[in-house]
Amino acid sequence: MTTTADWQQATYIAGQAADARINVELETEGMTLNLGPQHPATHGTLRIVVRLDGEQVVWAEPVCGYMHRGYEKLTEVRTYPQVTTLVNRIDWLGHFCNEVPFILAAEKLMGVEAPPRAQWLRTVFFEMARISNIMLFLGDMGVQLGAITPVFYAFRDREHVLNLMEAVTGGRFHPNFDRIGGLKEDLPKGWIDETKGVMKRVRDFCDEMEDLLMGNPIFQQRTRGVGVIPPHVAAEYGLSGANARASGIDVDLRRDEDYPLAWKEIDWKVWTHPDGDSFARYWVRLQEVRESASMIEQLVDGLPSGSIQAKVPRIIKVPAGEAWVHTENPLGEMGYYVVSKGGLGPFRCKIRTPSFNNISILPWLLRGVFVPDVIAILASLYFILGDIDR
Amino acid sequence: VIRLSSEAEAPEAAPEAAVEVDAERQAMLDTLTAALGDGIVGTEIAGGDIWVRVANERWHDAVSACKTKLHMDYFCFLASLDWLDNPTLAGEKVWGEPPAEESTADDAATDDAATDEAGSDDAGSDDAGSDEAATTEPTEVDPAEAGSTPAETGPATGVAGGDTRFQVFARLYSTRDKRGITLKADLDEAAPTIQSISDLYAGADWHEREAWEFYGFDFTGHPGLRHIYLPTEFEGWPGRKDFPLLAREVKPWPGLVDVEPLPGGGEDEETPAQTAAVVEGGDAQ
Repeated sequence: MTTTADWQQATYIAGQAADARINVELETEGMTLNLGPQHPATHGTLRIVVRLDGEQVVWAEPVCGYMHRGYEKLTEVRTYPQVTTLVNRIDWLGHFCNEVPFILAAEKLMGVEAPPRAQWLRTVFFEMARISNIMLFLGDMGVQLGAITPVFYAFRDREHVLNLMEAVTGGRFHPNFDRIGGLKEDLPKGWIDETKGVMKRVRDFCDEMEDLLMGNPIFQQRTRGVGVIPPHVAAEYGLSGANARASGIDVDLRRDEDYPLAWKEIDWKVWTHPDGDSFARYWVRLQEVRESASMIEQLVDGLPSGSIQAKVPRIIKVPAGEAWVHTENPLGEMGYYVVSKGGLGPFRCKIRTPSFNNISILPWLLRGVFVPDVIAILASLYFILGDIDR
Repeated sequence: VIRLSSEAEAPEAAPEAAVEVDAERQAMLDTLTAALGDGIVGTEIAGGDIWVRVANERWHDAVSACKTKLHMDYFCFLASLDWLDNPTLAGEKVWGEPPAEESTADDAATDDAATDEAGSDDAGSDDAGSDEAATTEPTEVDPAEAGSTPAETGPATGVAGGDTRFQVFARLYSTRDKRGITLKADLDEAAPTIQSISDLYAGADWHEREAWEFYGFDFTGHPGLRHIYLPTEFEGWPGRKDFPLLAREVKPWPGLVDVEPLPGGGEDEETPAQTAAVVEGGDAQ
């Protein structure tokens, strides 16, 4: 009796298992989901093709190039002063930061160094561009996870920072302000006082985001443990900036490299987070905005007086040579490898953009995650399409 | 993990630190030399940076040695270089001292060739390819001729030298030691081929796709070289110097018209009349 029962039971289990396998096979026909090219989560025209098994991603492939403008080729037909106009548009939210490494590379080849006041002001604008860039991220991350309100706060408060930029440079988004050997203009009257007020608002904004978003249990559930990047994988893919620091890699070029800029002169911290998940990336960026606000306050207090432009020839010719200058931009490590043959423009200019490397990890990172997490991961990696496609 | 930046480096220690860094880079070079032997064909340590040029067939070994022996865990970028001279591009336009030499302005700069020759003499660089090309029609540069010119070796092919028209260079960085290295390798002009390093650094995958797409370099061992920016149907290698930039074909580079004399400018600068003269002959198509 018992043997019969066992046999029956075994048959039953085998039948169930076969059914289950059929069901599984039916489901694994899968579905290909086309995310983008236009999608609120993609910050521009990035397309991500994901193949799904139910709700789970089994394969993902980013398709870029919708915004490819060929800047590396275009730099070859432009003079050095003209190139800054182009590179403003690479990461359009971190406008000024794109100009600085290129100018520094040209100055390195020419053996020119900007006067101290220009160096400090460059650092001020660099950090200001970082603030205006990352503030938008801090609100935008919320809107991509379904919280509409923070992004309005972000746009509102970012406007104050952009107004400061506009007051100096005349351009909200594309200042084109950095020159070989210095800066275009000096500060307008009353700007420093206004800056201090705005920096206070920036810090208030950070507190607000901390209360609104980071303390929110829904936000934490959607981001904690989602999209974990171990440090060695991050380094191998070339992840930089806050994405690397959120994986516990203690690297910040502002501290590690020796620039003719004012970061060495002031007191600030590099924030890292050991978790490597989407929440850590948000957390690190939030701390960085606070840190940048405090940096700007110190910088405008200690601003040296004097000229803002070193003496350079009217027609800029850069001696033959090669220079690599990379800086810690809002999105990560941005660098220019400038090859000069002694002409009026670069012979070759390799533009290393952070977002290109930052999203090249997506095929690895998105494998096995669920569809809503794809959005959270994309949002937390924080890329700008102009920065990927150049 | 978090530390204060300003305490780490004291300003007065800066000159000593610079010397120290160079010694460190020399040590890096020694390590690589021990690992690769005669695979290293050119080196340069200057300005707080290091370049190492390796033989094409040792490229993978060199990157591997950097990763394992020098603790270069961070992949920065991989890019390509085309050393062909194309005089229609601004990067090679060496104008010398246009106001000084050509101040008579009656015949000033009637064609590109005159300006280019004056400029390259002044700069002292061996732009043999440029001069040859400039005397002929600029758009009809013969790539084989210009690329194989022996005068191209030396400073014309950049830091750490080069023997061929094409080069690949990659930047690696150590997040532990906070130091980077630029590796270079020459590629054959007729069949530019090199080993892929995407098995060592996963991030190199996309960079090699980009190098293949724009320069036509073949990376052996790459999991799938396909277009990344351009449409699948695109033909040609647009990054190469002999690939015409259509925007410039339609509307040539306007020359020095961009450099406008400032009101009340210095006495050593050109006058408006001279600028106009240069512009007239500036960039004949």
